[in-house]
Amino acid sequence: MRKLIVAMTATLMAFGGLALQASPESDRAAFEKYFTDRFKDTPKDDFINGVYSIDAASREQWVEIEEFAPYELSIDAGKAEFEKPFANGKGYGDCFENGGAVRGMYPYWDADRKEVITMELAINECREANGEEPIKYSKGKMADISAYMSFLSRGQLIEVVVPDDPDALAAYERGKEFYYRKRGQLNFSCFDCHGGGSGNLVRADKLSPALGHTSHFPVYRSKWGGMGTLHRRFGGCNRQVRAASFKSQSQIYRELEYFLTYMSNGLAFNGPGARK
Amino acid sequence: MINRTSVIVLLLSALVLSPAAFTSAYADEATIKKGKEVAFDRKKGNCLACHAIDDGSLPGNQGPPLMAMQGRFPDKAVLRAQIANPLERNPNTIMPPFGVHNILSDDEIDSIVEYLLTL
Repeated sequence: MRKLIVAMTATLMAFGGLALQASPESDRAAFEKYFTDRFKDTPKDDFINGVYSIDAASREQWVEIEEFAPYELSIDAGKAEFEKPFANGKGYGDCFENGGAVRGMYPYWDADRKEVITMELAINECREANGEEPIKYSKGKMADISAYMSFLSRGQLIEVVVPDDPDALAAYERGKEFYYRKRGQLNFSCFDCHGGGSGNLVRADKLSPALGHTSHFPVYRSKWGGMGTLHRRFGGCNRQVRAASFKSQSQIYRELEYFLTYMSNGLAFNGPGARK
Repeated sequence: MINRTSVIVLLLSALVLSPAAFTSAYADEATIKKGKEVAFDRKKGNCLACHAIDDGSLPGNQGPPLMAMQGRFPDKAVLRAQIANPLERNPNTIMPPFGVHNILSDDEIDSIVEYLLTL
């Protein structure tokens, strides 16, 4: 009898596990449908433009801002930095193929290291491999180099892969869990504001939809008066809901980037961007 | 300087009037005023972030406009609970739990409730 119960429990657990575990691809399809249903007037490819894809009034101002884009200086600084040789005579071009137009490769799962590799992490690893000091991840030089490489890569498709590997899937699931978990004193999940709340106003600001969210980074944000990376924004969001923030390029933020970028598979990278 | 007679008169009228205050729909002016201040303060209730209220400028529309509150919340305790811990009624609500997360003090929540019931 005991054997039977054990067997039944094991079977239940196995099937229960299967039923609970949605695949990344079914997650992504549901995620995309949620936003395309919610904002029927927005063509799918336009979601990479954030709140401007759902708000005609602020879009006009944004189009004007884009004409003399505030991130252009950052692209220039990033180009100069990218082309400047390291002390050992090598340069970023020796680490990154295609002249640095590699945005579409990131983030990816590194099966040997068992972790998510982002473009900013790879930039610093390139520096360190060549005997240079790592640079800070949230803004400044890192945002400039990322802006230049993203600019060169504009139009590349978001094609994040979650391989059939339990460790990769676990990293994806941790990112997903972080995304939907309510946190902080104000008790908001990422999805509370940018899913269920997207399109609604918080005071005079319309909340942007999460589909396409990671495409345009790094970003020149008027509120910052400068450039910042995606992880700088993650940290700011966490603090805004009065939660503890994590370090840029911490494991959890890389896994959050992995999940959230996967959700926008099929859309195009269009960084650097400009936002309010 | 207030003389003794006027103090006695004031105390007496307070005694006479207080039962009326209990049955009246509205709390005292000072509480209502404080409730509005806490509700509108960005660092406190910041209710305008999501709700249209009274004469508050540039309200958000994440939640419903706060109007006709007596009719919608005939039971004051229900309104208070909705502010202190809205997750009890809806675990998925975006509304912050102002009481259980200590965003506002009990006293501040009480005054907001009194203010809202005047709307």
